[in-house]
Amino acid sequence: MTYDWDFSLLAQNWPVLLRGLLVTVELWIPAMAAGLALGFALGLARLSRSGWVAKPALGAIEVFRGTPVLIQLIWFFYAFPIVIGVQLSPFVAALLGLTLNTAAYCAEIFRGGIQSVPKGQFEGARALGMTRAQAMRRVILPQVLRRMLPAFTNRAIELAKVTSLASVLSVHELMYQGRLLSATYYRPLEILTTVAIVYFVLIYPGSFLSARLERRLAARS
Amino acid sequence: MTTTPLLEVEGLHKAFGPHEVLRGIDLAVMPGERVAIIGGSGSGKSTLLRCLNFMEVPTAGRIALDGRTLGRRGRDGGTVYPESELCGVRRRVGMVFQQFNLFPHRTAIENVMEALVTVKGTPRAEARARAEAELGKVGLSEKRDAYPSRLSGGQQQRVAIARALAMDPEILLFDEPTSSLDPELVGEVLRVIRGLAGEGRTMLLVTHELGFAYHFATKVVFLADGRFYEVGTPDEVLKHPRGERTRSFLARHSEFAF
Repeated sequence: MTYDWDFSLLAQNWPVLLRGLLVTVELWIPAMAAGLALGFALGLARLSRSGWVAKPALGAIEVFRGTPVLIQLIWFFYAFPIVIGVQLSPFVAALLGLTLNTAAYCAEIFRGGIQSVPKGQFEGARALGMTRAQAMRRVILPQVLRRMLPAFTNRAIELAKVTSLASVLSVHELMYQGRLLSATYYRPLEILTTVAIVYFVLIYPGSFLSARLERRLAARS
Repeated sequence: MTTTPLLEVEGLHKAFGPHEVLRGIDLAVMPGERVAIIGGSGSGKSTLLRCLNFMEVPTAGRIALDGRTLGRRGRDGGTVYPESELCGVRRRVGMVFQQFNLFPHRTAIENVMEALVTVKGTPRAEARARAEAELGKVGLSEKRDAYPSRLSGGQQQRVAIARALAMDPEILLFDEPTSSLDPELVGEVLRVIRGLAGEGRTMLLVTHELGFAYHFATKVVFLADGRFYEVGTPDEVLKHPRGERTRSFLARHSEFAF
């Protein structure tokens, strides 16, 4: 079986992919940043001794981890307007869905990390008169962030690829642009291969830096 | 000479679920007093100590510091302890743990400085000078930049003592400070604690080192089943115990003495 690979059409159409890449980054970075922040709050809420705080947090985490991201995105775009009467733009709906999904995973990473610190560390800090917040900030988190880094890197890598699901809401990110080109030129193999390479180039530097940071932090202890 | 007790405990109870560990403890500690708390495992001695700086919140009873009762009446009639008050109490009542609980991501001197800076708001340079002085006092000046993982158990515990001392506590609590140490490291820690006794500090010590308790304490308390079974001077409790349980406890502890 022979197939004539022809990448020449990409020579003219790369700006289309580049525009998609920019939108992908616009989804990826804010969703990760907001997901981390919200995940931290959710993780703390999950650890709260008050059931009124812990249980809703657990519920939210389970819903977002236990249902397909694809359906979450569709839901925010199509069902949100019906439920609360606000129509979100496809981009905002996608960003919201991705953020909340990421937050749910990050919450569990934070919770697991914080719980992995021996109880004595918290007591040692509290016995010196530190408030809960001070103990968390000065004693607990510095110890666990290092341990959580690989898990967060994983999440960020996963999220970079999951942003491609926003294409179902016609958000013009990388995957959408790729499919657009495929449909126009009937060259899906070349175009999707290229899109995959672009994703890889987008993700690899981050995972490389994270591995280096991990080694540096490990060397310090 | 009458002064108010620095620490006063009345009818202290602590239960973990249905399990009652402390069943009514009364204790008054005068400034400069050194109390050794002894008793079998499960007698509640660590729990008692941990209630005094609210590592455990008592189920019932009254604790007063320098004549001022802590906590306030809750709606259900029990006592509630506001978080801010407990932080204040813990600044005045220092604790040294069995497992040291040093911060592994901080060097020895950073461990000692940490609460000075974050809790007391001491400027860093000043905190560093103070931390160096405290490390010097426990004989660890040359280890100031070592991480805890590089220190022996005895050295870690001495750093932990320096860390507690740096906060200028009015009362120091020692929760079995030598129980997790190799026997040859026990001496260096006990020497430091004995040195503190010489300064007239108010201290409470939970320990199995009865010989040390005898020389260290001004008052010895034998705890059994969550109550004070026998209280007195070291001579009274450790040399001439009156109670049957105190005697059998001491006999078990001296079984292999020679």
